Formats: sequence, structure tokens, C-alpha cells
Amino acid sequence: MASNSIKMKAKAENGETTVKALIKHPMETGRRKDKETGEAVPIHYIKEITCSFQGEPVLTAEWGPTISKNPFLSFTFTGGAAGETVELSWTDNKGNSETASATIK
Amino acid sequence: MNTNMKRRLFLKASLATGAVGLVAGTGLLTPRTVLAAWNTAAFNAESVGDALKAGMGSDAVTDSAEITLDIPDNPENGAVVPVAVATTLTGVQSIALLVEKNVKPLCGIFYPGKRMKPGLSIRVKVGESADIIAVVKAGDKLYSARKAVKVTIGGCG
Repeated sequence: MASNSIKMKAKAENGETTVKALIKHPMETGRRKDKETGEAVPIHYIKEITCSFQGEPVLTAEWGPTISKNPFLSFTFTGGAAGETVELSWTDNKGNSETASATIK
Repeated sequence: MNTNMKRRLFLKASLATGAVGLVAGTGLLTPRTVLAAWNTAAFNAESVGDALKAGMGSDAVTDSAEITLDIPDNPENGAVVPVAVATTLTGVQSIALLVEKNVKPLCGIFYPGKRMKPGLSIRVKVGESADIIAVVKAGDKLYSARKAVKVTIGGCG
């Protein structure tokens, strides 16, 4: 699945798969002011994120705006082999969402 | 996924099918918004205790050496503080990350599925030098580890 915001890699080693994902997202806290206009930048952040393998969620998470801009997430799960796919999707507070998948290497 | 989460999802899903059926024609609600389980109370809480009560069910935590937190001592830039948390505790239901002095301390709650090894790496914002706290829920009990970080540039402004 094509995705502009998610860069994801998954690598299988010793019966475990490590997923590394980088998501392009502003993660605005709503407390930052625009330097030129002085107006507060509206709050905009990823609220929910799910990573699944073979249709089963491996990790689900709820995030607040204090996760850094362009979030990086890495974790490991048991199982997974080269050629299989992992899927990651996020939803933000404005209702945008995106899904991407990566082939395990 | 732990049983609590499953039950929550199941309840929400069954409620949602009813609700979506009713509002499907109006286009006002999508199944996604109905299903959203995001814990507003926990993320809006302004103290670690309140965030834990709302997000993890209790603020009674025990310090545990079985949780490791890997965070640089002086990350300098508070906007991007790398945090790696891992635990050898078994039966992990959820992992919460909090920054003590942030206006809203709760950064995120992670629910590992059956396959996941309880540990992850992420980057968080730290408003001012403070403790970063990881709270792990395992066997319906809360365990925590904390580490103080010093930032020279606050990450929330």
C-alpha cells in the first residue's frame, strides 16, 4: 500500500521480527506559537496507532501530543519470516488516517 | 491484546454496529470515530497521579528493577528525547510513558499484543528537566521505573 507519511522496515532474525517505523506528522501540541503571526498553531497529533501481523494486532497504542514530531517507533515481536508483511496504521485528532505495509526482510 | 482491551473493543464494536446502523444515513459519524477508544481523561490529566488513575486504573505503583529505561542523561533538545523501555515482567497488559513536569504528563499508552515483546523505542517531548516515568501494568498491578533527564531547550513551546 502506498503511503506518503509512513516509512517502515521490518527485519526477521532468530525467530523475531523487529519493526522500525518513522511517521511524518507535525504532532502539534497546540501550545506553540507561529513565529511570524504570533498565533497559536492548532493542536494536531496522532491519537491511535496499530501495527498488525497476519490480521492480528501486535501493538496498539494511544498517543498524546507530547510524542515528538515525526514520530519514530520501534518494537519486536516473536514470529514473522522474510516475505511476510506487517501493517501499520494511524489516526490523528483531525480524523486523518493512513495505512502502510512493509515486507519483512 | 489483553483481555481488558478485548472486552473494551468487543463492547465498543457491538455498540458501534447498533449506533452506526442508526446514523449511517446521516453521514455524521464514521465507524472509526465511534470505535475510537482514546482515553481523553488520562491524556488531559495534569498530574502523573491523575493520568495513571484515568489511564491505568490506579495510581498505586511499585518501583521495579525489572523495567529498564534507556534515555540519554542530557538530551539537550527537549523536543526529541529518545526513550527505550523494556521489561522482563510477564503478563504485560499495557505500558504508559509519562513526563513528570509536562503540562499534560501522559505521552502514550501502549498495548502489546500476544506476540509482542514488552518493550519499545519512541521519542517524546520534554518541556523542562524532569523525570521520565514508565509504568507497566502486569497481572493487574502497576510497576514503574523512572529516570531524570536534563534538557536545555524545552520541547513543548
